[in-house]
Amino acid sequence: MSASIDYTEKIPNNVNLAGDRKLQRALEEWQPNFLQWWMDMGPEGFQQDQVYLRTAVGVDKGGWAHFDYVKMPDYRWGIFLTPREEQKLISFGDNIGKSAWNEIPGEFRKELKRIIVTQGDTEPASVEQQRLLGKCAPSLYDLRNLFQVNVEEGRHLWAMVYLLHQYFGKDGREEAEDMLVRRSGNADSPRILAAFNKPIEDWLAFFCFTMFTDRDGKFQLAALAESAFDPLARSTQFMLTEEAHHLFVGETGVGRVVERTAQLMKEAADGDVTTVGGVPIEIIQKYVNEWYTASLDLFGGEDSSNAATYFAASLKGRFQESDDKRWPDHLALEGVYEIDAPVGGGRMSKEEIPMRRAMNLVLRDSYAQDCERAVERWNKTLSDAGIDFKLALPSQRFNRQVGIYANMPFDPQGSLLDPAEYDRLRDSFLPTKADLAYVKSLMVSCTKAGEFANWIAPPRRGINGQPLDFEYVKFMRN
Amino acid sequence: MASAEQSKQGNPEPLTFQTSPDRYRHIQLEVDGPVARIKLNVQENEGLKPGYQLKLNSYDMSVDVELADAVSRLRFEHPEVACVIVTSALDGVFSSGANIFMLGSSTHAFKVNFCKYTNETRLSMEDASANSGQRYIAGLNGIASGGGYELPLACEEIYLVDDRRSAVALPEVPYLGVLPGTGGLTRVVDKRKVRRDLADVFTTLAEGVKGKRAVEWGLVDGIFPPSKFTESVEARAAEIAGIGHTDRKGVVLDRIEPEITDEAIAYRHVRLTFGPQPRVARLEITGPKDLPAIPANASDLGADWYVLRMFRELDDALLRLRFNHPDVGLVILSTRGAIPEVLAMDSQLAECRDDWFVAEVTHHMKRVLKRLDLTAKSFFALIDEGSCFAGSLFELALAADRSYMLDSDAVNIAISSMNSGPLPMSNGLTRLGTRFLGDPERACRVAGLTEPMTPGDANDEGLVTFVVEDLDWNDEIRLACEERASLSPDSLTGLEANLRFAGPETLETKIFGRLSAWQNWIFQRPNAVGERGALTLYGRPESPEFDWRRT
Repeated sequence: MSASIDYTEKIPNNVNLAGDRKLQRALEEWQPNFLQWWMDMGPEGFQQDQVYLRTAVGVDKGGWAHFDYVKMPDYRWGIFLTPREEQKLISFGDNIGKSAWNEIPGEFRKELKRIIVTQGDTEPASVEQQRLLGKCAPSLYDLRNLFQVNVEEGRHLWAMVYLLHQYFGKDGREEAEDMLVRRSGNADSPRILAAFNKPIEDWLAFFCFTMFTDRDGKFQLAALAESAFDPLARSTQFMLTEEAHHLFVGETGVGRVVERTAQLMKEAADGDVTTVGGVPIEIIQKYVNEWYTASLDLFGGEDSSNAATYFAASLKGRFQESDDKRWPDHLALEGVYEIDAPVGGGRMSKEEIPMRRAMNLVLRDSYAQDCERAVERWNKTLSDAGIDFKLALPSQRFNRQVGIYANMPFDPQGSLLDPAEYDRLRDSFLPTKADLAYVKSLMVSCTKAGEFANWIAPPRRGINGQPLDFEYVKFMRN
Repeated sequence: MASAEQSKQGNPEPLTFQTSPDRYRHIQLEVDGPVARIKLNVQENEGLKPGYQLKLNSYDMSVDVELADAVSRLRFEHPEVACVIVTSALDGVFSSGANIFMLGSSTHAFKVNFCKYTNETRLSMEDASANSGQRYIAGLNGIASGGGYELPLACEEIYLVDDRRSAVALPEVPYLGVLPGTGGLTRVVDKRKVRRDLADVFTTLAEGVKGKRAVEWGLVDGIFPPSKFTESVEARAAEIAGIGHTDRKGVVLDRIEPEITDEAIAYRHVRLTFGPQPRVARLEITGPKDLPAIPANASDLGADWYVLRMFRELDDALLRLRFNHPDVGLVILSTRGAIPEVLAMDSQLAECRDDWFVAEVTHHMKRVLKRLDLTAKSFFALIDEGSCFAGSLFELALAADRSYMLDSDAVNIAISSMNSGPLPMSNGLTRLGTRFLGDPERACRVAGLTEPMTPGDANDEGLVTFVVEDLDWNDEIRLACEERASLSPDSLTGLEANLRFAGPETLETKIFGRLSAWQNWIFQRPNAVGERGALTLYGRPESPEFDWRRT
């Protein structure tokens, strides 16, 4: 009998699942399908192994980071919202100063559904994109981190599905079902956003994804954490605590590749690291070019009426919107965002976008600053090693598929090239087939505790205070 | 003085309605044996005027002029085609409908005429499906929203890609506070016979309906996954088309370029002049002369054949009147020529009506006359000496709001078989049938009168409004024109639309009637176009505010 299920044990939560018949019923149908999806599309070949994972079992200090060995299909995906503040007021947009909503206002149903479905769809998508990476992990430490990211993306899906089940009725249940039916890269049923349909086939791409694409996620979540729809705000606030680890994996991952490349550049004859099994710094730069720009696309168009609507309706704010020092004006009705827009004939002209319509751009700027800080740290690693090379983020005009610069031949410095010139230089801007094949050739599986692949430096410290040679994954093979 | 094409109001640049595939910017026309494809590939930055971008295959007049041209050319130039697929060249998007920023920056008169024209184009697709053996099907390879769903609604069958994203939608009410303006509501319930409660849900659901549900609700006829979409739609088209109409030889439609001077827009057979009274124009049509016999292959006559050429010119003139001369309120219709020549032309048309080309030309005449019926200007027909209001051309007098006939032995009118069937109005009746709505027997009897009629006979038969004596003619006509031109243009538009379409409702009359009444009313209301109206604020940073009182 389903009524006898111990919900708190099986599905850790702070939303009173045990006492919520409606939510139980929705999840009873959805949960088996989720598990089936996890078996079909989750990390391939590791479902029976014991992984040293962090599980959120509560939102208090000790609760959100509970470490233990667990088989991934037995992971306790839970539903957590940051605790409710009494008398919370809306902090921006046309509804500023009113009480935050604990139900969906009918007039914003479609916008909120779209926001939640779009966000939710990215979570299982990234698990699908990364499902083959376990087979060539550079260490048990990295393998464990991959799986931690994967199970938490799964939990983030749960968080969005909770909102759909709880607040959107039948329509929400159908959307939740669809999240398990769409598949990354599937021609017939692709994931909603383009960046989530490209496969991630090597670990440098994985680190770039967690560095750049998950960082888009951080800023989207942060913008939604300001939402007037309080359950969404509280869900995304809690997701941000987990997302921080994913960004750590990405930033330190790329950083460790940079560190190892710097060492190998000094060891190798002529500094050519391909002779000693390293990733050339130029290829790292090309990966940065590709993943940074693909992630910029996720912010949407520079001039966006949807963005204006979301801000006006107090559904989606800016990064740290509630901080009055950062944003003294929470209405943003005044002012414009000035941008260089292409006007044809290879010329650019200053255009003014009303501030609310430029909200995607405002959020993207906060993101770009955050990325810059990481690149600075990588460059410090290079200069500390005495390497005279600086990694750089490409111009936001380069390699774009969305927005006013879409499909135009800008170079990474932001200059508009002749299309033929762009084609000639393309291979020096973005990874070539040969680059990808080379990086893939370096991917060998290191499954001995404490062992690291040659192309990457070990991290400074282990997970949860454990040593580097800790057995982060215990293989349970026959 | 500005040329006759420089209107004082409305668009600063006069619109033109002539184009051809080599000049298309927004659509790709592919003809592949018995199947043709119209692919929307709207160029964002090549709209009619600056100030908006045609994103996501949204359209303005520049797109619709090409669409209308393609539909017409397929009928005349590619008559072998038996199935036309309407689809998009963009990934993931079929069309997002009429461009909202274009509508927001247009005058009311332009919006109304734009909607009317797009409706006429959609109806011409349905006319081709029904009467030309060119059946339209829609292949929606992505989201089809607003006018982007109304276009497929004008096709016989609609297929939607099932990628869990693409939906059909009519989001005008939730997004814009207006109504779908291209017959969407009428076609959903009247043509596709979607249940009214489901239609109510559908038309208030901004995100639309996708996949299986769209099929269950009757909004589309089938869904296919992306990997099989193109081949499935193509297969259906091939099944419909068969071998096509291999016996038909097409006719190239040349470009119609009137000579435009300060006073006139002059075509070969049609002449549009302005003045001398303000707000009055004169549309003069020259009748046929020495028409050749219709050869075994009628299409050998080509696009120069008087009947096709004259009605194409008349069509162009009506469009120019609508778009470029919003200040003209009254149009005087006159004809010059010989009645026997017109009757001879009509006999030829009747005799060869089974030839595809003659039938096609006749359908074209029908559509141009409907365009006249649907033009929001007063029409007076002046039947004077040298006129040739007979048969097909007498339809002009029947279409007019009134007719004045000079009381002279030298002036006649005549009826032909073209007045009793081939040229129906939007209400499905002939103009004679509509005129004598209360007395169908009389309509039948009058239709059988084959001899030319004197003013006295015409008056007795109720075929003209006034018979005017020679001495009174000039004053009476001048007074009638001046009086008419002094009345409120809005009330006249409503008045004429009420009186012209007596008789039964059809899909067409409903579409235009509701466009004129409801859509145009809502388009004018503060809740749509006021400072805080939904249409005004669409895409702007502020949220709309409504006056909640229902009328």
